[in-house]
Amino acid sequence: MFEYCTDPKLIEGFQWWSCYLTTGKHMSFYFSFVVVLGLLALTVPFILLFGFTGALARRATFAPIRWFGTIYTSMVRGVPDIIFFLFVPIAMDQGIEIIRHKIKCSDWSEPIRQGNDFVVCAAAKMPLSSSPQWVHETYGFMLATIAFAIVFGAFAANTIHGALGAVPKEQLETGAAFGMSPKQIFRRIHLPQMWVYALPGLSNLWMILIKASPLLFLLGVEDIVYWARELGGSKTARFTYPHGDWRLGYFMFLLVFYLFLTWISEKFFDRIMHRLSRGQNTAAGMS
Amino acid sequence: MSCFETFTGYALRSIGIGERLLPKTDFTLCDQFVLIGSGMIWNVYFAVVALSLGFFFAVALALGRSSDNPIARIPSRVFIFVIRGSPLFIQFFLIYEFFVMIPKMGWDINLGFIEITVETRWLTKAWLGALITLFLNTAGYTANIFYGALQSIPKGDIEAAYAIGMSKRQVFWRISFPTMLRLAWPSYTNEAIFLFHATALVFFSSFPAWRQEGDALYYASYFADKTFNPFVPYPIIALYFISFTLLIILGFGWVDKRLNRHIAPNK
Repeated sequence: MFEYCTDPKLIEGFQWWSCYLTTGKHMSFYFSFVVVLGLLALTVPFILLFGFTGALARRATFAPIRWFGTIYTSMVRGVPDIIFFLFVPIAMDQGIEIIRHKIKCSDWSEPIRQGNDFVVCAAAKMPLSSSPQWVHETYGFMLATIAFAIVFGAFAANTIHGALGAVPKEQLETGAAFGMSPKQIFRRIHLPQMWVYALPGLSNLWMILIKASPLLFLLGVEDIVYWARELGGSKTARFTYPHGDWRLGYFMFLLVFYLFLTWISEKFFDRIMHRLSRGQNTAAGMS
Repeated sequence: MSCFETFTGYALRSIGIGERLLPKTDFTLCDQFVLIGSGMIWNVYFAVVALSLGFFFAVALALGRSSDNPIARIPSRVFIFVIRGSPLFIQFFLIYEFFVMIPKMGWDINLGFIEITVETRWLTKAWLGALITLFLNTAGYTANIFYGALQSIPKGDIEAAYAIGMSKRQVFWRISFPTMLRLAWPSYTNEAIFLFHATALVFFSSFPAWRQEGDALYYASYFADKTFNPFVPYPIIALYFISFTLLIILGFGWVDKRLNRHIAPNK
């Protein structure tokens, strides 16, 4: 990066560090923090969408939809999230390829599962093996996002379902007494009132989501854990910047990053909670 | 191989008893059920030991955090903050790297002091190293739950106990501690479930699976990799986890009933 970095063997001290910390790989490392934050930001709308759908499904009057909602929201209580993270991307990947195979290569007579192999025609590959590297990476990232959204959507559905139930009945009855239609009651009273009850659960969920983000590493995304391992591993003298096993240091840095992220989030949610509680009939709103 | 033979051969494979080689081809449903179930032994081991030891440490931490003495309060606060604020996955990595470094440091500091290097070698093995990580993790989370419960014990109860002349110790053991448990129990049940689910991470952390003796997820992903078919092993492991989670809910529910047996049901 700097001019004096051309021969790192000659420099030391501050100059060595300034060169070492600005190598191309370190830049990828710094960028991976953006990737993690991006994944977090990207999944939130999907999580809320899945959460609302799940919560509304649980309240549905049509029994099969209600059963579906109940199963969806209770499955995360029984099965570790990590299993979903491993299962959903590969299952979706194969599912998409099977459908594309059926459409694009209908003349293909061999079965898709041959013993221990999974064979689809070249045109059905997703993404096509000819597409550039970034398409593969984006596709993998997208599958990871969906896996996160499904799991945390179920958590969110639990919270929102509970919050919808926690809104005092009298408020809804008042709406009805004013002659509002059920739709109006839901939109004007039920939904706005729900947030204050949902927020503690949702903020908790956000904390869990932050802490689940390093699992991206297991999904093959080149995230901060990947780079910390890569950069921290001991480098022999053959490398431009030889050093011992520094992984402990790199992981310490990740730890500080996460502590900072959760700490900031906590402060942020405290403020929102304070605002939302204003004028509410809860202990926090009374003071 | 019949299913019974598979069972006798692989039921204890995860702890090194039975067939040495894992099945390589022609995986039957039975193979997958037995091996993944065998891996569950580890998950249950981690969960049971970490939870039961973590409970005591958590009580100590919760008391430390609510104590007036800064020497007890500040370390407890920091510990709880670090554990709750960072991902378990990072904690696994960090503690593993730390344990890997210990023997080197021990060698440097106490030259010829063989005892320590021999002892610390076990720390990098999953059965101890990962257990310590899980123990610290659950202690941190549980301590926060217990601390919250300690704060919400009705003041009148404690004042009443002092008024009839109980000593500090008596008040703690007869009033504060039982009430804390009673108030914290529903959240503690959740934490137990979370910890049990967290054990699935163990063999995906740095701690290596030795001689292919892994936990349930290790075998499940082994099958998923070999057959390239995720639709069989993952539902199986999910089934196992669901059944054990139900057991946890049942067990903790029974304790909850016992803790609340003197309270009139309000419905």
